[in-house]
Amino acid sequence: MFGRYAEIAGWRERELAPAPSKLSELVALLSAEEPALGPDLRGRWTLVTRNLEQVRHDVPLGPGDEVAFMPPMSGG
Amino acid sequence: VVRIGPGRIDAEALLTQFGRGRPDAGAIVSFTGLVRATSDGVAVAALDLDHYPGFTEAQVEAAAERTLSRFELLDLLVAHRVGPIPSGETVVVVVAAAEHRRAAFEATDSLMDWLKVAAPFWKREQASDGAVRWIEPRSKDHADAARWETPNADAGRPEPGG
Repeated sequence: MFGRYAEIAGWRERELAPAPSKLSELVALLSAEEPALGPDLRGRWTLVTRNLEQVRHDVPLGPGDEVAFMPPMSGG
Repeated sequence: VVRIGPGRIDAEALLTQFGRGRPDAGAIVSFTGLVRATSDGVAVAALDLDHYPGFTEAQVEAAAERTLSRFELLDLLVAHRVGPIPSGETVVVVVAAAEHRRAAFEATDSLMDWLKVAAPFWKREQASDGAVRWIEPRSKDHADAARWETPNADAGRPEPGG
C-alpha cells in the first residue's frame, strides 16, 4: 500500500499466509478488513502490480508474490 | 541518468556537472521544482513524498529513455527527492542536453508533465498548522500531460486497472 491507501490501512507492507489464490480474493480479504479501502482497491484509478508488473484483470497469486495497490500518482 | 533518493538536491551542482565536456550540445535546459511556501493560501511546512522502491525507479528510467529518443537528446538527467522535504527545498531537477534549443525545452517540459501525473510518487502536504492532505493531480496537470500524447504515448502511462 502506498500514499493515502497506506494511511487508511494503517500499514504499508504485510505478508499473508496462506496466500490468496487470486487477486480478487486478496481484494475481498483486504476490503473486508478495512471497508473504507474497498472502493479504492477496486477503483479503476488504482494501479495494481504483481511482482512489479502492472495487472489489469484478475490474476492468479501464489506464495512469494508481491502485490501493490497504488493511488493516483503525483510527482514533481 | 535517474537519481531517486532522500538526500538534498543541489540543483546548481548537478547543472554544472552535467554541462561539463559537451562540445556537441548547443542547448542545455534545466527545470527545478521546489516546495512552495504556500499552497491554496495555506502556509506549507513540508511535503512528504512516498514512492515504491524498485518500481518507481524503473518507471522513471523508462520515461527518461522514451524522452531521450523522442526528442533526440544528447543526454538527460532526472533527480527526484523522496521522504520529507521542507518548504523552499528542491523536489526535482530535470536537465536535457540537445543540439538545438527546441528539443531541450520540449523534452524537459514533457517529462515534467509526465512526472506530475504518472510517476509513482505520492505527495502529502503538511501545513504549518499541522494539517495534512494528500495531493493528487489536478485536471490542469492532466491537460498539460495530454499535450504530448502521440499514437504511441500509451506506453508511457500506467493505465488504470479494470
